[in-house]
Amino acid sequence: MEYDPTDPIHQFQISSIVPIKIGSWDFSFTNSALFMVLTVAVTAAFLYYTTRGRGLVPSRAQSVTELTYEFTANMLRDAAGTAGMRFFPFVFAIFLFVLVANLFGMIPFFFTVTSHLIVTFALAMLVMTVVVVYGLMKHGLHFFHLFVPSGVPGILMPLVVLIEVVSFLSRPVSLSVRLFANMLAGHITLKVFAGFIVSLSAFGFVGVIGSILPLLMVIALTALEFLVAALQAYVFAVLTCMYLNDALHPGH
Amino acid sequence: MPQERDGTGDEAVSSVPAAPEDPVLWDKRREELQRRLAIHRERNAAEEQRERKTGGTGQGIAEGLKLASEFAAGIIVGAAIGYFVDKLAGTTPFGLIFFLMIGFAAGIRNILRSVSPTTTSGQIRPKDDAGS
Repeated sequence: MEYDPTDPIHQFQISSIVPIKIGSWDFSFTNSALFMVLTVAVTAAFLYYTTRGRGLVPSRAQSVTELTYEFTANMLRDAAGTAGMRFFPFVFAIFLFVLVANLFGMIPFFFTVTSHLIVTFALAMLVMTVVVVYGLMKHGLHFFHLFVPSGVPGILMPLVVLIEVVSFLSRPVSLSVRLFANMLAGHITLKVFAGFIVSLSAFGFVGVIGSILPLLMVIALTALEFLVAALQAYVFAVLTCMYLNDALHPGH
Repeated sequence: MPQERDGTGDEAVSSVPAAPEDPVLWDKRREELQRRLAIHRERNAAEEQRERKTGGTGQGIAEGLKLASEFAAGIIVGAAIGYFVDKLAGTTPFGLIFFLMIGFAAGIRNILRSVSPTTTSGQIRPKDDAGS
């Protein structure tokens, strides 16, 4: 198939860089994997080098790291209390991974890792696994009180429990689909409007003048996308904190 | 990196008028400072409250998208469960119908849970004092 430069979907294509095959499974090192590694490497390097000075009066870069730390710590403490702070490394890692991956997607020619459902779903399942395993470990069967709200008449109980279970199961779906859909839709919109510029300017002088409109739109959308990238990372982290709260304090 | 830590500390000290010898003057200065701080705090609190009311700039978008996806997720999961129940039990349309309705209810439950201020995500918090 011939490559069309204005194809809005092309940017999400996965191509293998180092093909690795184990048995019948494809473990190729893809561009998606490359950018995941880059995300982790850049995040870790940034955190390491900015805090290396250990200044009592932080440098600018160090205060960025400190602000991020405090922001996440406050978020977790608000949602899950001080007991939730044991999950701080987990929440901080997830927040930074999603944030940096989202922002990486805003750099031209970079691959957006979080625009693939399987990546965000894996992250969401990781959160849910931690919630369920920790909840069962700490509270045993008491954890299932999460599904039994108090003050419900006995005859309605099976129905309400069923609804609560489905509602619980829908959490990883909503968590992952929200992040994935926002990133995917945003990047497609950007690409489509950028494509308008190219196609319009093919119509000679009038087209070039007319292409100013989509250009303005692309500029506005780029700003919006930066907002969405940060916002979705924040939402993901906040919900992670809330779900962890359920693992710590299932209904009494 | 010392050059990144701009040396505003020294300038700030030098801009403060020389320390008065008289303790009464010190008290006066402290009162003045407290008064100014109180004004600032009040203004900050008012600002924060207004921000909370309007929900800030991005907060509103985030909230809307959150609710929409919560609702959709409930229905999707309900439909998926219904589909697989049908496949396993061979009750073709009824499992899907039943679980789609359950999923709808779960979606509504998700939304109610995330908009109600007294619940975090699971149970109602004040129940703690009722004892388990």
